[in-house]
Amino acid sequence: MADSGKIDPMHQFTVQTIWDGFSIGGHQIAFTNSALWMLITVVVLWLFMMGGMRQAVVPGRWQMLVENFTGFVTKLVDENIGKGGRKYVPYIFSLFMFILFANILGLLPLGLVGIHPFTFTSHFTITGVLAIMSFSIVLIVGFWKHGLHFFSLFVPHGTPVPMIPLIFLIELVSFLFRPFSLGLRLFVAMTAGHVLLEVLSGFVINSTNAGAVYGIGIGIPSFALMIAICALEVLVAAIQAYVFALLTSLYIHDAEHLH
Amino acid sequence: MDAEAAKLIGAGVAAIGAGMAAIGVGNVFGSFLEGALRNPGAADGQQGRLFIGFAAAELLGLLAFVVAMILIFVA
Repeated sequence: MADSGKIDPMHQFTVQTIWDGFSIGGHQIAFTNSALWMLITVVVLWLFMMGGMRQAVVPGRWQMLVENFTGFVTKLVDENIGKGGRKYVPYIFSLFMFILFANILGLLPLGLVGIHPFTFTSHFTITGVLAIMSFSIVLIVGFWKHGLHFFSLFVPHGTPVPMIPLIFLIELVSFLFRPFSLGLRLFVAMTAGHVLLEVLSGFVINSTNAGAVYGIGIGIPSFALMIAICALEVLVAAIQAYVFALLTSLYIHDAEHLH
Repeated sequence: MDAEAAKLIGAGVAAIGAGMAAIGVGNVFGSFLEGALRNPGAADGQQGRLFIGFAAAELLGLLAFVVAMILIFVA
């Protein structure tokens, strides 16, 4: 085998500093490629929404697309939060579109022209903050609306009295695990997909370097698999954004209606 | 056993979890399809529940991946 370069699948997740920024209390606040791609996502999302919000009486294609997205999220919220859910539509819509655009922008093959997309949703710091935002809304709304009665969420209806302490404890732990599972799911799904693509592209490159026989025998099947996995990744990007919005609205339903 | 070798074996064993989650996710979608073919009219209304089940089953496979990554890169 040729001593071809070892492909490091984790290199693509490195946060690099673009602008050193300033320091507050000894901590450096820098502008990184992560922040840059968040900014790009917001700008692309803003352009997308502006293009579709002209409110023409006869909507064009672009406006139809935007209206499809808003209709989709509104339906999701109506079904899962129910009464009093409309006031959460802006939050859940922003969350859904931001994650969706971030995931898809990170998958774009812009590396061909020298720009390397950075999928910031593959970092737990970002998805964790998004999850904490959702979880704080649940806590604030829950305690605001129901006061200490909110704790009855942890005791399902019809629980036998001797079982109440045990069930309360189990439900409490499962409730407290929610923000972790919410953030972890998105972060790991994106990380795993990108690592998989990187490993497969490593197969293609290394087998082609090793000679024609390896290239035809290993490289071409790997490349075909890679194309299929790319399609799967686009699906995963959309599903993960949908699942994040869906679970957030379910948790908000708990806070609004308790059961 | 060498500690480094034990880590790599542990990461490999964690891959079993990913396979188990694959069974779980397949089960969720398979059962949904089975029910949907019997009563196509009710299928669309249950899509939210389908994805909740999918998310719950998938999470455990992703946790197995996290365990493997922690063993290789962190521990």
